[in-house]
Amino acid sequence: MLESFLQNLINALQWGSFYALIALGYTLVYGVLTLINFAHGDIFMVGAYIAFFAASFALTTLGLSGWAALALTIPITMILTAMVGVTLERIAYRPLRRKGANRLYVVITALMCGLILEHSNLAILGASRKAFPTLIDLKIYHIGGVTITNLNIAVILVTSLVFIMLHKIVTKTRVGMAMRAISYDKFAVPLMGIPLDNIIVITFILGSGLAGLAGLMFAMSYPVLEPYMGALIGWKAFIAAVVGGIGDIRGAFLGGFLLGAVEIMVVAFFPSTLRDLIAFTVLLVILTLRPTGLFGIAKTTKI
Amino acid sequence: MTKTQTKISDAPVLEIRNLNQRFGGLTAVADFNVRLQKNELSGLIGPNGAGKTTIFNLVSGFYQPSEGEIFVAGQPTAGLKPHKITALGVARTFQNIRLWNDMTVLDNIRVAQHYRLGYGFFHSIARSRHYVQREAEIAQEAAELLEIFDLQRYANETPGNLPYGTQRKLEIARALSIHPQLLLLDEPAAGLNSSDIQELIRLIRWIHTKFDVCIWMIEHHMDVMMELCTQIKVIDFGQTIAEGVPEKVRNDPAVMTAYLGDDVI
Amino acid sequence: MLRRYSVHLILPSLGGLLVYSAYEELLGLYTLSVLMFMGVNIILSSSLNLVNGYMGEFSCGHAGFMCVGAYVSSLLGVWLFAKDRVFGAPFLDPDYAIYAFPFIILIGGIAAAIAGLLVAIPSYKTRGDYLAIITIAANYIIISSIENIGSIGGSRGFMGMKRVIGSMEDIADLPWMPIWVFIFTVGTIWVLRRYVSSTFGKGVSAICQDEVAAEIMSVNTNKMKTISFMLSSGLAGIGGGLFAYIIGYVNPGSFTILKSTEVLVMVYLGGMGSLSGSVLSAILFTFLLELLRPLGIFKWVIIPLMLVIMMQFRPEGIMGKRELGDIFPRLKRFYRFK
Repeated sequence: MLESFLQNLINALQWGSFYALIALGYTLVYGVLTLINFAHGDIFMVGAYIAFFAASFALTTLGLSGWAALALTIPITMILTAMVGVTLERIAYRPLRRKGANRLYVVITALMCGLILEHSNLAILGASRKAFPTLIDLKIYHIGGVTITNLNIAVILVTSLVFIMLHKIVTKTRVGMAMRAISYDKFAVPLMGIPLDNIIVITFILGSGLAGLAGLMFAMSYPVLEPYMGALIGWKAFIAAVVGGIGDIRGAFLGGFLLGAVEIMVVAFFPSTLRDLIAFTVLLVILTLRPTGLFGIAKTTKI
Repeated sequence: MTKTQTKISDAPVLEIRNLNQRFGGLTAVADFNVRLQKNELSGLIGPNGAGKTTIFNLVSGFYQPSEGEIFVAGQPTAGLKPHKITALGVARTFQNIRLWNDMTVLDNIRVAQHYRLGYGFFHSIARSRHYVQREAEIAQEAAELLEIFDLQRYANETPGNLPYGTQRKLEIARALSIHPQLLLLDEPAAGLNSSDIQELIRLIRWIHTKFDVCIWMIEHHMDVMMELCTQIKVIDFGQTIAEGVPEKVRNDPAVMTAYLGDDVI
Repeated sequence: MLRRYSVHLILPSLGGLLVYSAYEELLGLYTLSVLMFMGVNIILSSSLNLVNGYMGEFSCGHAGFMCVGAYVSSLLGVWLFAKDRVFGAPFLDPDYAIYAFPFIILIGGIAAAIAGLLVAIPSYKTRGDYLAIITIAANYIIISSIENIGSIGGSRGFMGMKRVIGSMEDIADLPWMPIWVFIFTVGTIWVLRRYVSSTFGKGVSAICQDEVAAEIMSVNTNKMKTISFMLSSGLAGIGGGLFAYIIGYVNPGSFTILKSTEVLVMVYLGGMGSLSGSVLSAILFTFLLELLRPLGIFKWVIIPLMLVIMMQFRPEGIMGKRELGDIFPRLKRFYRFK
């Protein structure tokens, strides 16, 4: 009993890590721009594909060993994915923001950008699935009755590290303070001499870079890639971010793990087809009871 | 039955007993009491953040009081949603004008009659005879109200295009289309210039007699309050610190302290 | 005279023309089905416009309600009037199908309206982004529930609706689907138009523009939200029911978020808060989809791209908040649609 609980816990932590990493991206952008970046799930998918090409290139063309290839793939993936995110921001969102367009139009644009990413991938690479190459050999440890792989540990560790770093960045650095300031008052911030656009770009770099990292780790853990992989995970991670209280980094992290835990527990006790149903129902109930999420602060309307 | 009915008709338009409102650890309103009779024109003043608007929000049902009771024409309002309290005859305006800016001026007045439309969804789809008749009456009443307020030439404009003072006037007109017994005016003179303020004073006095309504207002312009109100209450940090006729309140040392600080006196 | 009766004349003659050409097979099957999908799309976009345009919410789960309507009316129709693997022999004489069909579609709509409560009740407390999530979750919950009911086919889908239409055609050989799609499409716009132009329905716009002022000015906001969400999802359910009977087959995969996004595109293409915009954009969008069909998957790159470009240059959509009569005031002399 304890063993199966621990086993499920580890699975939940790993599965939740992906949600948490993607949810962090949603929450960062939302916190700064109050924009739901609906393209974020697809940026995660693009990240996984970039990782695929980078890893294949490093392994076959350059003939590097697995570890060296991984060391090369991580920065390349993160940088290129961050560039995709920033490009979207520059081309699609910024002009709208400059015009002072209704927030809804930016959301629609984001939704459409996601579709474009998804389907241009499908159009260029075709519908066939891609198998991600093995970069590092899977080591399986048996501790008691619990099975842990080195990948499990790596994913959980990396996610926790990212969280700590991000938390430090947002609470301790000047950039982080500027980010929080923007989320309070977008109009006062430029008057205080903070370069609004630079901060927004940094936010997109952070968010998309993390999505790229998540894409890489996801591809290593579940080495089958397809263009629609980002959509469902993206929607769910977004919901996780909202359940945690969107705009709050702790909330995104917690929401991601909560969602991971719910899904793993459902699969452990029920037929796996019920996974989405129960996960979404739990989230709906949480949101109905606590409309602003676990960490969210209710925006009071002043009259 | 008859007994309670007479009681209700004799009851003051608004009665507040021992009202307390706390937000977390902050007491925004403490032990507030008031009785407003029919036809009264009364004022509520106090420094910024004293809790004046909070009291208005409690009366209109936007907050539920932490303690205390509020009666509108003898009827307790505890647990009622704001639109129900409005239907009892409590209308209000807002500190910062809250008109529906994408609707025409006429529609602004029409929609404010929502509680007594007398028809619902199915009538509006079926366009029954009852519906047609009621819509005609509503439009007629709205047009009359606009004419009384000399706003009829703006009827098909959107409020955003009107001058600020006219928007204030329209908001008061919209509140009156509720047929209120009690009209709450939250800083009606805010943002108006001195000639507009003179017109506003005339307007409020005229409304008070013409519509036979009890008016309770918050205002920072002392001259407006001194000229209009028969009774004034002063609150500071949620506490009532003075009340009475304007002359008495003006010379009350506690009021001066609240507004100007200790060291001035 | 002309103004008063022109719509009464134009609509029946348009419908008659459509039915006649379908009956005489002047239109190919392909053209006819495109026209019918156009009708369904008009129903979907104008009903979503009530929530997203007039009420100012951001619902992204319209396809979920469509799904409820499609399944309920399909199951009901097949159970009552067709021989089927799941239900066995028809429950009633298939001859009655011809009378019962509109009610079957309506019951699907009512079921979808009840499912609309899933979104309406949370909307009392939440607005904006949080409500958007709830609509997404509702869409997933609906799809996922149906996928898990194995007896009605689960994710493989459900069919047999063609047999119901078949037994209707046995009684009277008329193009029944085009007829009913036309009637329901006109009915939808007519109901929505009447609702939003009444003083009662203008409470919805009041909520959109200032919810606090609406509540304080005696609009029962919770009631208005419930009615609007239920009406919107109910009409989506009707659209779904028609969709199912046109194709003769339903599966949960047709009602995913992608479908919801499609409807969103139509609403924003046409303009929020403009019914004629929604009608126009549904027609345009359906054409566009067919026009770009040869491009295959590139279609789904080009359409979003067009919308992104449109958002940059004309974000308020084709019509903005205006109706046809506002843009061409002279038209008002010739018609009155109420």
